Amino acid sequence: MKKNKKFKWFPVLNTIILIMLALICVIPLVHVAAVSFSSSAAASAGDVSLWPKDFTTSSYSFVAKRPAFWRSMKVSVTRIIMGGGLSILLTITAAYPLSQPKASFRFRTVYAWFFFITMIFNAGLIPWYMVIRQFGLLDSIWALILPGAVPVFSVILLLNFFREVPRELAEAAFIDGAGHWRTLWTIYVPLSKPALATLLLFSLVANWNSWFDGLILMNNPDKYPLQTYIQTIAVQRSFSMMTREEIQQMATISDRTLRSAQIFLGSLPIVIVYPFLQKYFVKGIVLGGVKG
Amino acid sequence: MKRGRMRELPLHLMILPSVILLICFSYLPMGGIIIAFQKFVPAKGLFGDQKWIGFDNFIYLFRLPNFMSVLWNTLFIAVMKIIFGLLIPIVVAILINEVKNNTLKRGIQTAIYLPHFLSWVVLGGIFIDILAPGDGLINQVIKAFGGQPIFFLGDNKWFPFTLIVTETWKSFGYGTIVYLAAITGIDLSLYEAAQVDGANRWKQIWHITLPGMRMVIVLLMVLSLGNVLNAGFDQVFNMYSPPVYASGDIIDTFVYRIGMLEAQFGVATAVGLFKSVISLTLISVSYWFAIKFADYQLF
Repeated sequence: MKKNKKFKWFPVLNTIILIMLALICVIPLVHVAAVSFSSSAAASAGDVSLWPKDFTTSSYSFVAKRPAFWRSMKVSVTRIIMGGGLSILLTITAAYPLSQPKASFRFRTVYAWFFFITMIFNAGLIPWYMVIRQFGLLDSIWALILPGAVPVFSVILLLNFFREVPRELAEAAFIDGAGHWRTLWTIYVPLSKPALATLLLFSLVANWNSWFDGLILMNNPDKYPLQTYIQTIAVQRSFSMMTREEIQQMATISDRTLRSAQIFLGSLPIVIVYPFLQKYFVKGIVLGGVKG
Repeated sequence: MKRGRMRELPLHLMILPSVILLICFSYLPMGGIIIAFQKFVPAKGLFGDQKWIGFDNFIYLFRLPNFMSVLWNTLFIAVMKIIFGLLIPIVVAILINEVKNNTLKRGIQTAIYLPHFLSWVVLGGIFIDILAPGDGLINQVIKAFGGQPIFFLGDNKWFPFTLIVTETWKSFGYGTIVYLAAITGIDLSLYEAAQVDGANRWKQIWHITLPGMRMVIVLLMVLSLGNVLNAGFDQVFNMYSPPVYASGDIIDTFVYRIGMLEAQFGVATAVGLFKSVISLTLISVSYWFAIKFADYQLF
């Protein structure tokens, strides 16, 4: 009886520990959101913890009027659409040949090594930058899209997925006169929809979150994607991207609430999408985790 | 035979665009490694008429007084992150597995996975704010308990640990997913048999759950070897400042500063090459171990 009672303490304690862990993971974001909706006086006085004080949306109306914010938002949206679309297309078209048995594609191993080497050896930042500069891509949206357009890791995940597709289906299609293209698009792609959704989602998130390439490949701050723009505001805390009028207006709202608002906006698309697509996020990690 | 080759042609065409892009943005830069052996003048262009200086960039580099501290910082921060990144998720995965209420379980998982998907720009901005010595959230809590405020991001004593803790905070949830998947694969009848034999919960965890995760733990440990020089550029870059270079400057941030800011392309490329060669060795060894001992298959 005594043993039984002691037994029941564990689930309670366990639940408390885990709920605290869960709270620790979301509190920083909640705090930033709370600051962003607070009055500048409350924020500067450090009165805001997890709930807005003197609720106001003035920081957001200020951000909404900033041309620099919308410009970088546009760069980011263009980038995730083009970059995400291109990378999923290239993942499919690269994974299919690599998933072929050696008998039907003799160069498979050569290509596989060709892809694999890029994963384990990296030339480093400077040669990479010099090549992109030499191609004349600096300050062009293509510099943000093309260099990372072939996600080799996703290719490997998808080719493993394609291999699970029963070979008989492809052979039946060949007998019916379909070529590789038709087989790929009518058999392999429809059967891999969940995996493709996961890979697309990861590519979109990666494109949305990248900031460093924007920082070094775009000399003109007008071409910064949103995360790079936020980097200059929230991390470098530079005023270089502000117009004179904006700096004057800054007198009325605090630097801190404004920064918090933009940080929060930078995380917002992911925070909104993530709970609905969590299934895909998790599947991607399980696929990728052990293939790291 | 001819027919066979005709059948393969579409496969070559399909893979061609990816191959071209990899040549342009992965293999051409590998050729660009020659910069490390040149007195490189960017205006003359890559593969231009540069002056060759052999290993001078490397010699210069190893004589730099702060290079050794950069190496040490990199190793220390990366290894600590690897250790915490491996151990904490094991514990959390076991705890989550013990939760019987599915809604609660899902809710906890949703919360702890979230930080992984946010960028270090967003998180760096958040941490700079909440770790601020004056009005930051954490220091307000410390002050409320009567402690002295701590300048987490500006004090060399605290900075590396701040990096390690915040990285662990960001990625432990993500780390648990793989372990939880491994736990789900354990045969439930083992637990039933153990209960019949009178094993309590701790004994079940020790004798069934942990051994069931063993393969994944070993595999992740081996694969993490490749990250020994990856101290996390995105995080450090968005959280450090000149006062904490002594404890927080890592190879990647060092390369960025001497290359992109000081325009010493040759030296920066040499540092990058130094890192890449060591990493290549470590990654190859780790894959070899994984394939040999953990039955790992990449392709």
